[in-house]
Amino acid sequence: MTVDQVIFFLVGALILVSALMVVTTRNLIHAALWLIATLFGAAVLYATLDATFLAVVQVVVYIGAIAIMFIFAVMLTRRNMLDDASQTNPGWPWAAFIALATFAGLALLAGQMHNAGATQSELFADPLAALSQALISPEAYVLPFEVASVLLLAALVGAVYIANRK
Amino acid sequence: MQNPWIYVGLFLVVGTIIPIAALVMSALLAPRKPNPIKQSTYECGMETVGENRVQFKAQYYVFALAFLIFDVETVFLFPWALSLNAMPFFVALEGVVFILILLAGLYYIWQKGMLDWV
Amino acid sequence: MEFLTDPIKVIYEWLMLTLTSWGWAGWLSQLVINLLAIVLFITGVMVLDILLVWVERKVVARFQDRLGPNRVGPFGLFQPFPDIIKLIIKEDITPNGADKVVFNLAPILSLASVIFLWAVVPLASRIYGVDLNVALLYLVAAGSIGTLSIIMAGWASNNKYALLGAYRMVANMISYEIPMIIALLIPTILVGSMSLKLITEAQSGYWFVLVSPLGALLFIIAAIAELGRSPFDLNEGESEIVSGYHIEYTGMKFGLFYAGELLHAFTFGGFWAALFFGGWHGPWAEQYPLLGAFYFVVKAMIGYWVIMWVKYTVPRIRIDHMLAFNWKFLTPLGFILLMVTAVTHSVLRQSPAWLYVAGMFLSNMIVALITIEGLRAQARRQRISAEASSKPVVADH
Repeated sequence: MTVDQVIFFLVGALILVSALMVVTTRNLIHAALWLIATLFGAAVLYATLDATFLAVVQVVVYIGAIAIMFIFAVMLTRRNMLDDASQTNPGWPWAAFIALATFAGLALLAGQMHNAGATQSELFADPLAALSQALISPEAYVLPFEVASVLLLAALVGAVYIANRK
Repeated sequence: MQNPWIYVGLFLVVGTIIPIAALVMSALLAPRKPNPIKQSTYECGMETVGENRVQFKAQYYVFALAFLIFDVETVFLFPWALSLNAMPFFVALEGVVFILILLAGLYYIWQKGMLDWV
Repeated sequence: MEFLTDPIKVIYEWLMLTLTSWGWAGWLSQLVINLLAIVLFITGVMVLDILLVWVERKVVARFQDRLGPNRVGPFGLFQPFPDIIKLIIKEDITPNGADKVVFNLAPILSLASVIFLWAVVPLASRIYGVDLNVALLYLVAAGSIGTLSIIMAGWASNNKYALLGAYRMVANMISYEIPMIIALLIPTILVGSMSLKLITEAQSGYWFVLVSPLGALLFIIAAIAELGRSPFDLNEGESEIVSGYHIEYTGMKFGLFYAGELLHAFTFGGFWAALFFGGWHGPWAEQYPLLGAFYFVVKAMIGYWVIMWVKYTVPRIRIDHMLAFNWKFLTPLGFILLMVTAVTHSVLRQSPAWLYVAGMFLSNMIVALITIEGLRAQARRQRISAEASSKPVVADH
C-alpha cells in the first residue's frame, strides 16, 4: 500500500463514520458538528487528488458558510436540542435498498471509465490555471460563469422572501 | 516535496497536537476540587433563571444567508482574478458584469430593509 | 558562505546525508526532516506568542500612561513566564450542563486555527513552510475553522452570556469575511497568483500599498473585525456580557483562547506586510534570507502595533452600526474598488512601471475622493432633514 492509499482509507473511514453519526446522533448540534467532519474529510480527499482549489473552497464554503448556517438554523428553530422522535419510519428497508442500488450502479459506472484506477492525473501541467482560464474564456464556460451570478441573485431574492415572512 | 498538501497535512496534525499537549500538561499539574457552587453557571452572582441555551435572534440568520451568497460569489471571482494577466482585456469586463449583477442584489436587499438591525 | 545565502537548504542536505548514511530510506528521512522542521517551527511560533503577551501588556500600559510589567527581568521581559505557569497550575472548571467534548475541543481548535496559518507564511526568500498555489484561500479556510471554534465554545458553555457573545462574534466574523476576501482578491489580480511566495516576490520593485492603498486599508479594517478587537469587540463587551464566548473557561483553556487571539493579531500583521508592504523585501534581503526574515518580523510587528493602536484608541461600536458599516459601506466600496482595480490593471499592465504605479494610485485616490464626497453629501442631507424636523420643537420653547 502506498502512502496515498493509507491516507485514502483513513479519510474514507472518517467520512463514513462521521456521516453515520450525522444521522444517528440525537443531539442536533452534534449532528451538525459531525457533518463538518464529513465535509472536512471530503476536502482532504480533494487535496490528495491535487484538486487544490476545490479542497480550499470546500472548507471555505461548506464549513465556513453552510455549516455555520445549519448551526444557526438549529439554534433558531429548536429550543430543545434533543430530538426524541423515532429515527426510522416504516419505509426504511426500501430506502436502504435504493441507496445500495445507487451505490452499486455508481461503482459499476466508475469502474468502466477509461482512466479508472489511474494514480495521478497528467492532463494539465497547472490544474489551477487551466481551471481558471476555462471558467472565463469565451470558448469554454463564460456563459455558465455569468449565469452563476444570476443564480446567486435569485438566491438573494429568495433569502429576502424568507426573511420577510418571519 | 511531491505534493505540498502532505506538508500541510503534517502541519495540521502537529498544530493540533501542540494545544492538546498544553491542555494535558495543565490536567496533570492543576488541582481538581469540584463543588456545586464552583461549577454553577456564572452570571455575575445571580441565580440562573430558565433555560441557558437561549433562543437565537432571527436577524443573525438573515445576515448568515447574505454572507453565504456573497461568500460563494467571491469564490467564483478567484479564478477570474487569477487569469486576468493571461487573457485579453474584455475578460476584466466579464468580472465587472458578474460583480454588477450581485451589487444589484445587494442594493435590492438593502432597499428591502434586510440589512437593518431591528 | 552558502549557509548565509540558503540556510534551509544547507541544513536540509546535511540532515538528509546524515539520515541516509544511517541506512534510512529516502522518503522516510524526508518525512522525518519535515516533521522535525514543523515541530521546531511551531515551537518557535509559540515562543514568539509568549513574548507577544509581554508586548501587548507593555504597549497597552504605555497607551494608558502606565508602566506595565517592570518587575520580572529587564523591562519585565520575563513576566509572561510566570503568567504561563500560573495558567497551567490553575484549576480547570467545567460548568454544569456543559457539553464536555465540544467544550474541550473549542479552545484547541481556536489556537490550532491560528497555528495553521503559519504553514503558508513566507518568512524570507528561501525560508517558508510551503508554497501553496491557493495560499490566500487557505488563509480564509483556516479563519472559518476559527469561527467554528467560537460558536462551539459559546454553545457548549451552557451560559447565556457565552451564547450571546458567540452569536455576536460569529455575525461579526462572517460579515467582515467579505471585505477580507475582496482585499485578498486585489493582490491576486495584481500578480495573477494566490501564492504568498509569488505575491511577495512580485513586490521587488514597488510595494503594493502604492498600487492599492485602499486595498491595504480595507484589509486592515477587515482584519481587526475578524480578530474581534476593539472597535469590533462587542463579543466581549465587559459591561453587558462580561467576556463573551470564553466566560466559562478557566486555566489553560482560557490561556489557549488568549494565546490564539494574540498570535492571530500578529499573524494578520504579518499577512498585511506580505500582501501590501513587500514582505521580506529590504536592503540585501535577496542574498541573505535571515535578514529578510528579520525584516518580515519587524514589518509584522509594525502591523501588529497598528492593530493595537486602533484597539486602545477607538471605543466599542454598537452591533447595528457594526453590521451597517460592513454591509452598507465596506462591502459595496470593496466591490467597486475591485472592479476599478481590475479594469485599470488590465488597461495599464503593458505600460512602463512608473505609469502603471501612478495610474493605479490615481484610480484608488479617485475612488477614495468620490467615497468621501458621497459620505459628506449624505451627512449634509441627514443634517438638513434633522434640522427641518427639529425646528417646531425649538419654536415651542
